[in-house]
Amino acid sequence: MQVLLKGLRLLNPDQGLDKKADILISNGIIEKIGSIDTSEIKDVKEYNFEGKLCVPGLYDMHVHFREPGQEDKETVVSGSNSAAAGGFTGVACMPNTNPAIDSAEVVKFIIDRGRDHLVDIDPIGAVSKGRKGEGLAPMLELYDAGAVGFSDDGTAVKTSALLRRALEYSKMIDAPIIEHCEDESLAGGSMNESIVSTQLGLPSIPTVAEDLIVMRGILLAEYTGGKIHVAHISSKRSVELVRDAKKRGIEVTAEAAPHHFTLTDECIKAFDPNYKMNPPLREQKDVDAIIEGLQDGTIDCIASDHAPHNIEEKEMEFIYAPNGIIGLETQLGITLSELYHTKKLTIEQIVEKLSINPRKVLNLEVPQIAVGETANLTIIDTEKEWEVDIKSFKSRSINSPFGGRKLKGKSLSVINSLQMFVDGEFHSI
Amino acid sequence: MSSLSSRHLLGLYEVPKEDVQLILDTAKTFREVLERPIKKVPTLQGKTILNLFYENSTRTRLSFELAEKRLSADTMNFTKSGSSASKGESFKDTVQNIEAMKVDMIIVRHESAGIPKYLTQISDANIINAGDGRHEHPTQALLDMYSIREKTGKLEGLKVCIVGDIGHSRVALSNIYGLQTMGAEVSVCGPSTMIPWQLESLGVKIYNNIDKAMAENDVLNVLRIQLERDAGELIPSVREYHNYFGITTERIAKNNPDILIMHPGPINRGVELSSEVADGTSQIILNQVTNGVAIRMAVLYLLGTKTE
Repeated sequence: MQVLLKGLRLLNPDQGLDKKADILISNGIIEKIGSIDTSEIKDVKEYNFEGKLCVPGLYDMHVHFREPGQEDKETVVSGSNSAAAGGFTGVACMPNTNPAIDSAEVVKFIIDRGRDHLVDIDPIGAVSKGRKGEGLAPMLELYDAGAVGFSDDGTAVKTSALLRRALEYSKMIDAPIIEHCEDESLAGGSMNESIVSTQLGLPSIPTVAEDLIVMRGILLAEYTGGKIHVAHISSKRSVELVRDAKKRGIEVTAEAAPHHFTLTDECIKAFDPNYKMNPPLREQKDVDAIIEGLQDGTIDCIASDHAPHNIEEKEMEFIYAPNGIIGLETQLGITLSELYHTKKLTIEQIVEKLSINPRKVLNLEVPQIAVGETANLTIIDTEKEWEVDIKSFKSRSINSPFGGRKLKGKSLSVINSLQMFVDGEFHSI
Repeated sequence: MSSLSSRHLLGLYEVPKEDVQLILDTAKTFREVLERPIKKVPTLQGKTILNLFYENSTRTRLSFELAEKRLSADTMNFTKSGSSASKGESFKDTVQNIEAMKVDMIIVRHESAGIPKYLTQISDANIINAGDGRHEHPTQALLDMYSIREKTGKLEGLKVCIVGDIGHSRVALSNIYGLQTMGAEVSVCGPSTMIPWQLESLGVKIYNNIDKAMAENDVLNVLRIQLERDAGELIPSVREYHNYFGITTERIAKNNPDILIMHPGPINRGVELSSEVADGTSQIILNQVTNGVAIRMAVLYLLGTKTE
């Protein structure tokens, strides 16, 4: 089957591509790029995307799909549907499942669950067995089964000694250790420590809990020569630490989540657990620092930390409600609204952070928009205005603080693995 | 007749001066009722009040219960501790089940800050906060203010210092908001580990020296050091706390013989107050307890009879 996409602006900073053209896709492969006359081709499904942006399929390197173990919140398939709806053709899923992704069997199980889906699913293996922090998980075996990075996300790697060994060991396969940066002994609060936590009387997590573990990761990466990736960076000081480390040539990368460059801890004043996540929402100075870090390249990636929870849990008392919000279906719209339309980032920078860099961090191939390549594409209307409706989410969960928010910019379609998602439906192509 | 600007009492944050004044003045009337041989009035007859206590509390609950009975309301008690989720039924389900029995007012105590506010979203009853986490405990602050006013005749311009574990205290925050609204100058005193983050930005002076705090203030509101809870990691020992922050007769004599010492109780003798000071101030402290009933009657009355 053939699909013709008309009138696109093709944009891929990774290949220095920015031009207006049509794309013809045959059996999932890009057959032709240029001005294509429909009358020459038989049996073709044509889409008019006049003036819309076509970029290498977006990739979210930090999602929680809850399978195996908590399928009532999300499954590999429902999470992948959510990813496609949000404009993503690939995700890396975190290992805090039950059982954890600490054996080749679980890696293979997850890959198998997502096998027929449009969205590529790349498991992140656990650093330690059962994420318990007591001994290394079989990292080589996990890697061979398909894991692309390692993390004990949910918590930091328990001890400095274990992180050191993980960084040394993972050098053999050039895979990053993805750190949830939070000092355990300073953790345990429900929100950021600030004047707001003082006013609300909620137990708090200081930014220094994050900064310490960021610094530990940087120093150990420098010492071992391993690669450290800072997940969901949220504090101003941590951004500065990563910036300085990069200047020193240390192998460190970082990602930020949309809520951390959009919302502050002031939002918690209504005590809505949909504003509770870890790391917590910080202060305006931190939000500003993250945007600055995204601008100057200190922060390489934007990732959602998509963390589904069911309603009963999020309706619990604030201090008992679990951390996390979903983000796959709002991430692109928020990024475009908050960073592109405000002229804080260029569209090229956004494509780098939402598509190219996350794949580079995980040593995955960046899809190229060229004849003969597999079509792995996201088509974006940067000007489309819409309102977030949590009821329309493809995710199995609705725990998002962004319901009702007006956004500008949305994915119209994603194409990958011989499938196309458009107008809310999957089609074989 | 004047009435309160809100139909709930969730805290004293941003509660207007007129409201605080009205509660204190109304409490004065009820305080007189409490001295009569027949201490009951029919004001809330036919109203049903639920005391929803998710955290252990004897004194506050008894005080509320007595206030409710003095006003002739029908009362129910629901006591449960810990997370609702651990017991299978969510907080929301519990509340909505009880509310289906037609409750007019809910008095709530909970370990999680924000629960009273959440209740206003899921219930039609008037909500009164009887202490939420480390957030607020408005009726305690109101009775403290009432007792201070009773003793000194004013609140405006008065210098009040709250002493102890400010960071883990819901009483401190409500006192700060309420006293500031009434024009008092509020400060806190305690070891620096017990002073919450950026508190000074609320316009509160911070002392780490009890002698200085005593010399410069008219009133000390001394909080109980929660030995069983969080004090452990914040101070090296109770002995050191008492030596550096405990109120003793020597300190009173040396720094400010006229200072008014208050304590919300129960007292840890030999910790925040020496035994002698505790004995010397016991009349004031017990009077605070009586005033507590009057304050709660005033709040219940004003909210319970407020026309929508």
